[in-house]
Amino acid sequence: MSRVVVTGLGLVTPLADGVEETWRRLLAGRSGAGTIRQFDASHLATDYACEVKRGDGSDGTFDADRYMEPKEQRKVDDFILFGVAAAQQAIEDSGWVPQTEEDRHRTGVLIGSGIGGLKSIQDTTILMKEKGPRRVSPFFIPGALINLISGQVSIRYGFKGPNHAVVTACSTGAHALGDAARLIKYGNADVMVAGGAEAAICEIGIAGFNACKALSTKRKDDPTKASRPYDADRDGFVMGEGAGMVVLEEYEHARARGAKIYAEVLGYGLSGDAYHITAPNEDGDGAERAMRMALSDAGIAAADIDYINAHGTSTMADVIELAAVERLMGNAASRVTMSSTKSMTGHLLGAAGAIESIFAMLAIRDQVCPPTINLDTPAVETPVDLAPNAARSRDVRIAVNNSFGFGGTNASLVLGAVA
Amino acid sequence: MSDVADRVRKIVVEHLGVEEEKVTESASFIDDLGADSLDTVELVMAFEEEFGIEIPDDAAETIQTFGDAVKFISEAQ
Repeated sequence: MSRVVVTGLGLVTPLADGVEETWRRLLAGRSGAGTIRQFDASHLATDYACEVKRGDGSDGTFDADRYMEPKEQRKVDDFILFGVAAAQQAIEDSGWVPQTEEDRHRTGVLIGSGIGGLKSIQDTTILMKEKGPRRVSPFFIPGALINLISGQVSIRYGFKGPNHAVVTACSTGAHALGDAARLIKYGNADVMVAGGAEAAICEIGIAGFNACKALSTKRKDDPTKASRPYDADRDGFVMGEGAGMVVLEEYEHARARGAKIYAEVLGYGLSGDAYHITAPNEDGDGAERAMRMALSDAGIAAADIDYINAHGTSTMADVIELAAVERLMGNAASRVTMSSTKSMTGHLLGAAGAIESIFAMLAIRDQVCPPTINLDTPAVETPVDLAPNAARSRDVRIAVNNSFGFGGTNASLVLGAVA
Repeated sequence: MSDVADRVRKIVVEHLGVEEEKVTESASFIDDLGADSLDTVELVMAFEEEFGIEIPDDAAETIQTFGDAVKFISEAQ
């Protein structure tokens, strides 16, 4: 079976637009949280989130015009805008430009989102109620459909290979990378653009997750302290937005063109809890089986794992995942570092698995694990190093990303250094 | 007439992202101004909104150029 490597990265996050600036701020332990700016949220139980900071592109701000003409921006929901922007970064970073029709046929796109164009659905519904159905834009549906990031990217770059999308709530991003890698391993493509995007910070999005009792509500005075995975005072996740994209490539294809290689996708595991629509099973069995399947796929032992970028959302479920990792690692639990970067980025839902896999790849590149910030009073004792409040320099050859979603869907990716 | 033309031109420039000089009497939305079929649907909706008129679907199909739009709207008002 062919090997799959990562040759391009792209990030639009609440910390910054761009991979290197996001990574720099992540290692410095910066929080992307603040009071919601894109609409008045003062009447909601939660009025804070981790928003993408719009601007002219200076100081890490996101300048949409660098990625899409203003007239095109009007036709798409923000999740598509963020997705196209991160894909542009990843494709440019990879240096992959198909020269022949055959190259284009061998280049595909597999990008997902957890929810898709929620803001557009909200706004268009209100418009329809107020002004009637004839005011619904012809761009409403193609601007809100989840697979339209894949569509937009393929149209823009002429990628005519597999064109697909994943929707598995908060494990979308990890599933997208894993499934895309499989398409390359199976021989359906040589190059795949893969990842996830999300932009659900809108009135109905916050109200909906508030109704599920999933969001933090207690930190209106200091939102930067709200996302605190593994901490005794955590009270729910903080919503984030943005996108993470990678270019995956068959190893020999990448080598033949002299591409820079960040990491190899060594293993992929998937499982279902068969338990509850929003809560994970308290025994953590689904999480553990996803990790075991990924390790088995990679052909490596749990003791070989150096870094785990945890799902760790800052909810009750954090300790379920932690216990599953302790069981998986056994006696080696004390040598693994596991952090939740959601403490800084917030929870990007369908983009989380993609951005966090990128963080795991950068941990391999730079031999440093990003911290878990706001971890002041651990909720439980554990032999696992949670990298509290400071980045951890250490050997990182094997890294794992965990992502779990509503519906009881679990995904794990095993990533490794390429010698 | 000129007032209608100015307002129509402004909408076309905004929606299609084209330069004002290109929006001439005979300019076709699709052939000359880069619109696709969805863009033309949206343009007609914008005309309806701006001028407070209703443009039935069969009439909308006859509005192919900037001149067509100005003529139709002027007569409908």
